[in-house]
Amino acid sequence: MVSLPTCLIFSRARFPAGPGMGEFEPGSLPDLLPLYYRRLFPFGPYGRWLRYGGVPKSYFENREFSFTLRDDIYVRYQSFSNPQELEREIQKTNPYKIDIGAVYSHRPNQHNTVHMGAFQAQEKELVFDIDMTDYDDVRRCCSSADICPKCWTLMTIAIRIIDRALTEDFGIRHRLWVYSGRRGVHCWVCDDGVRKWSSTLRSAVVEYLTLVKGGEDTIKKVTLGDTIHPFISESLSIVEKYFEDYALVGQDILGSRESWDKVLALLPEHILFVYCSGKQVSCGSSKKVSYAEKEIMLQYCFPRLDINVSKGVNHLLKSPFSVHPKTGRVSVPIDLKKVDEFDPFAVPTISRLCHELDTINHDENEAEENEREPEGPRRSRDYKKTSLAPYVRVFEEFLEEMDNFRKGELLRISDSKRDF
Amino acid sequence: MQFYRGNRLKCARLAGDRRGDRYPHSLQFYLQPPTENISLSEFESFAVDRLKLLKVVENLGVSYLKGSPEYKSKLEMELKKLKFPYRALAEEDYDARRKDHLSHFILRLAYCQSEELRRWFIQQEMDLFRYRFTELTEDLIKNFLTYVNLAYNAISKEEKDTCADKLVNSTPGFSGAKVVDMAYYKVPWSHAVDLVRTRRIYLHDGFAFVPHQDLVAIVLNNYRTNLSKALALTARSLPVVQSDERLQPLLNHLSHAYVGPDYSIQKNTGKISLEQIDALSVKSFPLCMRQLHKALRDNHHLRHGGRMQYGLFLKGIGLTLEQALQFWKSEFIRGKVDADKFDKGYAYSIRHNYGKEGKRTDYTPYSCMKIILSNPPSQGDYHGCPFRHSDPELLKQKLQSYKISPTGITQVLDLVKGMHYQLACQKYFELIHDVDDIGFSLNHPNQYFAESQKLLSGGREIKKERNQPENSQAKQSSQKSTPASSTPSCSNTKAEIKLEELEDYFTED
Repeated sequence: MVSLPTCLIFSRARFPAGPGMGEFEPGSLPDLLPLYYRRLFPFGPYGRWLRYGGVPKSYFENREFSFTLRDDIYVRYQSFSNPQELEREIQKTNPYKIDIGAVYSHRPNQHNTVHMGAFQAQEKELVFDIDMTDYDDVRRCCSSADICPKCWTLMTIAIRIIDRALTEDFGIRHRLWVYSGRRGVHCWVCDDGVRKWSSTLRSAVVEYLTLVKGGEDTIKKVTLGDTIHPFISESLSIVEKYFEDYALVGQDILGSRESWDKVLALLPEHILFVYCSGKQVSCGSSKKVSYAEKEIMLQYCFPRLDINVSKGVNHLLKSPFSVHPKTGRVSVPIDLKKVDEFDPFAVPTISRLCHELDTINHDENEAEENEREPEGPRRSRDYKKTSLAPYVRVFEEFLEEMDNFRKGELLRISDSKRDF
Repeated sequence: MQFYRGNRLKCARLAGDRRGDRYPHSLQFYLQPPTENISLSEFESFAVDRLKLLKVVENLGVSYLKGSPEYKSKLEMELKKLKFPYRALAEEDYDARRKDHLSHFILRLAYCQSEELRRWFIQQEMDLFRYRFTELTEDLIKNFLTYVNLAYNAISKEEKDTCADKLVNSTPGFSGAKVVDMAYYKVPWSHAVDLVRTRRIYLHDGFAFVPHQDLVAIVLNNYRTNLSKALALTARSLPVVQSDERLQPLLNHLSHAYVGPDYSIQKNTGKISLEQIDALSVKSFPLCMRQLHKALRDNHHLRHGGRMQYGLFLKGIGLTLEQALQFWKSEFIRGKVDADKFDKGYAYSIRHNYGKEGKRTDYTPYSCMKIILSNPPSQGDYHGCPFRHSDPELLKQKLQSYKISPTGITQVLDLVKGMHYQLACQKYFELIHDVDDIGFSLNHPNQYFAESQKLLSGGREIKKERNQPENSQAKQSSQKSTPASSTPSCSNTKAEIKLEELEDYFTED
């Protein structure tokens, strides 16, 4: 008789019988995380990602990770010699949250031995964080940390607009979009050149992408100039595709007095007059009328970025596949080919995944299970048997694309040098 | 060995060509440090001249709209005066270009040391570069860009046609016709950060499509990035440079340099009488000294900082030691100091200032730079620069009490807000003397006094241009004399040059 690992026993006891049942309770994290990190977290692809193909070994060694442990204990400047060491440490400490930071000039865990000023953040992915709370002034269905299928469209629009600009305008190739686990999305830009960008360049990108300006005190947050820059017109065509369904139907922005007043507040007075009087508009003001409409659509739908997340080379951001401690949902990659179909509520929680694992083990041959040692070789391929699998597949496709491009580049360079 | 005339000519031309090759353009990015040997005196004079130039650039930048005709003509004048390249001439001005090259690198040594110095240096060098670049013709621009490996490609007509409407929409104020006419360059977006950031160009696939007229911004951006990196590198190798004893004092002084007459040699000694001082303080003293004088009269006392600043100023305007002793004593006695105490304590330090005690250094009156940057006043002090150290509200009240017009006061306060303290004082001069243009660049309280006196006695018109020939002649003679006099030390040379300039200030027309 083999004693199963206690966590398995507990997780079995917690869940009611039946498939797919995985009500998450934050209190269960200490029991679920060890299982998650030993059987589910995709350390293989994760390590391949952060080793980035052709970079020197020191690249991974000098990468900062931070862990949030139980009881809100936060440890920074963690670093590891290789992905295996990272894996062992995570499995040992079972952090509630994992953040990825920059690649520094020295090993972060030795930063105290380095002369202050010499310890510098040198490279990092360009990251974006889009948070639904920043749209509270324009969504009626939810507020603050809540999201629902109606307002999730805002994230879809944001991803489409930003991703188009990154690829078409900036010529960026390798973007990983990730669901944050609760109320937003992150983007990790991994191009070799981009990882070296300075804070100035990163801020410039955010500024280029920013249209909605102003805080609590500003009523009208989008004002277009005389000419409409191609970036804005491209973004507008994306917004227009979603606007009717999202804003007029879903959000029903003209559905109540309180709500349509907010819309009207965005119209300049003379335009309002034109609308109300029903008069024919002259050439000059028709342009202004159409601009006013565009401005409204943009204010309700255009992405809102947090510049502070993107501009700092040393900024730490939640790692893909980290678990959100409040919702239990895993931060999973989003398949850009199916962005309209992405459903944040279908994203597995850690409890559901553990339950699925549990079911699989239960269904498998008991003998086979007994032979396997609990502390044996990594069994993280187990994610393939759970609902985490398709998300890891997206991640692996992303990595493949980067690999292929890198190989292609090397070929191109060696060809040009005529090294056969 | 036979020397053919042909050969010799060829050799001569080769030598000439090599010189030309080194500086094929009047403009450069200062990417390569100079490798030749130069004399210490040339080292110093080049540095001082460039510093003067950069200070003029700074002043002009605040007094005039950058790029306006007045700005350009005044800057060109200064470049000519100081013998820097001032026009992208087809003829090569090797000496001017060499001076430009060397002086830039020398100043880097002085100005790499702190964030503030670096920022100032980069700002002025950029303004200077911008002026010189915009003076180039399109052909010269093309040559220059190729030379510095910024050969951005102009996009072909076909390419332009495909994105014509995008170009029109992304460049504010551009009509379709203008787009067709203007050359557009494809530039990696990181070279055009400011244009991308503000969404003022068309961006595609990581390239910014920059119209010719915005090319300056790109080139400047590039220049600034390079210079910024270079200064950081220079700062790291500075300890080696500073250990050279010949260079250390010069470099230390350059960054706080006052580059003009130091008024240590008084030509007007004895020409001022004590009775005149009250009236003079209102008419011809700069605000800092007027303030100190009033405080002295009101309180019958001044603390050490005030005594130094005001006392040396008085020496500079011509007060003899005997006059100074009488002046201070008579005032202090009215206060809490008795004659004996004065003779024992304060008199000693006054004599010290005149070089009659202790190590017998003849102290020089403080320049504006020194007053602004060092020894800020605390409670109970009246020294310092009022434009720098006074609360703007109090400054405003003071100016109002002097019956200065509200517009004038606003102008002064604006300059103060922009931290242009000496320019604020210049404006004060203009308002007090009721002139439009001060006619000189203010750097020293004694200079203010001297200029004011000249103006009031009708000795010199406020037209800088009239003095140009005299100044440059004086300069030439001083420069010629410098190499001739076997230079014992740097400071001697400096004093010689300054002496010549001083002549100009005190010569009656």
